[in-house]
Amino acid sequence: MSEITAVNIKKEFEKAENYVRETGMRVLICSGTGCVANGAFDIYEKFLKLGADVKFKKEHKKVSSIKTGCHGFCEQGVFVAIPDLEITYVKVKPDDVAEIVEKTIKNGEVIERLLYKNLVTKEKVKNTAKIDFYKTQTKSVLANCGKIDPECIEEYIYSNGYQALDNVLKTLSPEQVSEEVMKSGLRGRGGGGFPAGKKWQFVKAAEGDKKYLICNADEGDPGAFMDCGIMEGDPHRLLEGMIIAAYAVGSDEGYIYVRAEYPLAVKRLKIAIKQATEKGFLGKNIFGSEFSFKIKIKEGAGAFVCGEETALIASIEGERGMPMPKPPFPAQEGLFGKPTLINNVESFANVSMIILNGADQYKKYGTETSTGTKTFALTGEINNTGLIEVPLGTTAREIIFNIGGGIRNNKKFKAAQIGGPSGGCLTEEHLDMSLDYESLRSIGAMVGSGGLVVMNEDTCIVEVARFFLQFTQSESCGKCIPCREGTKQMLHILDKMVSGEAELSDLLLLEELAEVIQLGSLCGLGKTAPNPVLSTLKYFREEYLAHIVGKTCPAGVCEGLKKIKIDKELCKGCSKCVKTCPVGAIEGTIKEPFVIDQEKCIKCGACLTTCPFDAIKEVN
Amino acid sequence: MAANPQKDIEQIFEKQRKFRKVNEIVEKYKYEKTSLIAVLQEVQEEYRYLPEEIMTYIATIMDISPASVYGVATFYSQFSLNPKGKYEVKVCDGTACHVRGSMPVYKAIKNQLGLKGSKFTTNDLQFSVETVRCLGACALAPVVVINDKVYSKVTPEAINIIIDQLLERSGEEKKSA
Repeated sequence: MSEITAVNIKKEFEKAENYVRETGMRVLICSGTGCVANGAFDIYEKFLKLGADVKFKKEHKKVSSIKTGCHGFCEQGVFVAIPDLEITYVKVKPDDVAEIVEKTIKNGEVIERLLYKNLVTKEKVKNTAKIDFYKTQTKSVLANCGKIDPECIEEYIYSNGYQALDNVLKTLSPEQVSEEVMKSGLRGRGGGGFPAGKKWQFVKAAEGDKKYLICNADEGDPGAFMDCGIMEGDPHRLLEGMIIAAYAVGSDEGYIYVRAEYPLAVKRLKIAIKQATEKGFLGKNIFGSEFSFKIKIKEGAGAFVCGEETALIASIEGERGMPMPKPPFPAQEGLFGKPTLINNVESFANVSMIILNGADQYKKYGTETSTGTKTFALTGEINNTGLIEVPLGTTAREIIFNIGGGIRNNKKFKAAQIGGPSGGCLTEEHLDMSLDYESLRSIGAMVGSGGLVVMNEDTCIVEVARFFLQFTQSESCGKCIPCREGTKQMLHILDKMVSGEAELSDLLLLEELAEVIQLGSLCGLGKTAPNPVLSTLKYFREEYLAHIVGKTCPAGVCEGLKKIKIDKELCKGCSKCVKTCPVGAIEGTIKEPFVIDQEKCIKCGACLTTCPFDAIKEVN
Repeated sequence: MAANPQKDIEQIFEKQRKFRKVNEIVEKYKYEKTSLIAVLQEVQEEYRYLPEEIMTYIATIMDISPASVYGVATFYSQFSLNPKGKYEVKVCDGTACHVRGSMPVYKAIKNQLGLKGSKFTTNDLQFSVETVRCLGACALAPVVVINDKVYSKVTPEAINIIIDQLLERSGEEKKSA
């Protein structure tokens, strides 16, 4: 019935090459989530309007404005790059468009004002490749992000897209594909670090007439947006990886489970699926072969626990996203009871590269046991916030101080949280440690999905631990008691600490609870929930003690530990504050310094604003 | 109560109109039980929350127990069982935003709108405030989203000005309505 169309990738490449050449001078406008929030779409519209008929003077080239995925350097958005002229403009506003069209696009002039300024040397940098942020990165998974139009399949084909799939279908058996991935040493990028090739072999070996494939795009870690970057910037790379994996494990139906908080990613994935299907890369008899595979998108509804594979499966089935005990593993009994392969976005995005360049080439990056590159979302109190990619085994110092440009406002580095609410913290002493699966695990942290949140001296570590626990507590699905009740009690103790009501015995109880939760919880969420607390306790015990014994917050963050005091030197004894205090905590005699009774004071701060002599101050 | 047939009829029509939209959505998903989450998402988009009578109705036509529908609706944070405001204020409280001070911003908004304790929606249903999980725009932290418009690098002072403008606009809208 259905006509088998043999796809010739060489011809497709030639067509794509023509298409891309036709675009002429390319004006690339970053349209990742960050830049869109900064007005990237307005800028694009303006370019369309003002630059439509403009021709570049020298070569009389046609000019095309193209919306790309994330450039990574979100701090400096909106990014506008013109590769032909080797010019990159940063922090572009819609009002700058007219000037860019007139000066740069028509005449090739550089607008100094819009160039990136080096933080240290204050030098203006014209070319992206020379910006410190990019210099030491190794972009392979993110190679196309920021360079191609994610809504156009031709652009992906022109960057050697779908050639790996062509290779696989024409020359390799499913077993050979898994073998190559196995050889590459690729490990799950979602956090677990399980060898991807081995997982594929399990699914392939599992008995069953129907097998499913799931891409876990439920990037729930707060402060992580790597998968978001890939889906928004290069969705076809993900699709190609999934199709190859499906061939290797013998699946004909796949799902991408995306967070609902990523509307732009969902939109671009839908476009990509449609285009790939039209080209015959997806659907029935792919590339004219016997192999068929289709992909559906399922949008999540906001539940962190759905990042756990069994919970994710329950969610796709339309149920509450509650995890199941393992075994059986999804590879044996997964979606709708069938053998299922689940990998994360970044894991799939690595696949085409491994096939195209070979496992040996892939292994050249990274360490012996942690091969390849890893994307990180670099955020928090850091100068260069953004999406980065480095070989596994790069040190935290390199990432934070070279790529990240150090701590904002010349503050001091205190710690970096890696792996989100399930991870741990890196301190000063770990800065020169290699970031790979093993060494991170050895210090009680984990690669996780790749969120790296940097904290400075003004961050209260106890409050951050409380924040993470509050997160896991509210995301606990409630199925098993250690996680449901245990995290609640832990949170209760941390609440007491930050409000100055904790006692020393609470600290011991906290540690005991943490151990029980780690041992007794059903799924990864519970098992790792105490990690942030344990790891911060290990390295910042004094800060906890300061909260409990000294009743002070060294960073000056915890409101409950703030004290309001009257400066004896400045107080003129006017008694104005006495009248405003709602609890009668201020006492004294007129024309002499007044005193606040700390027992009675509720720290409302009303007196702060009424004092005409600025004698009342908040102190830690 | 005095009988008011005209009003009763209107109410029935009103209900039918409401349910017609629900029917359309459920039909689009072919009554598949695995699509329950997608159905609830679309229904919520239509009504801004999930009214109880509609959840029961969905349960009936999709042949799922009302308890299961309720279970799913309460499990996922995206679903709201209470009406949200016309202006939906979402304060991102991902780690990056938290570290850069999203909580003072959140408190400033609640103060300004006079929302105390666990109250999240103003009495006139004009504003609702909530914290949300990471929106993935960490470079712009702290981020506040009001009806899909993103405000970046927000401070308590800045958000007070923004909310003031919206309060003014909502006041004018109410007057002209």
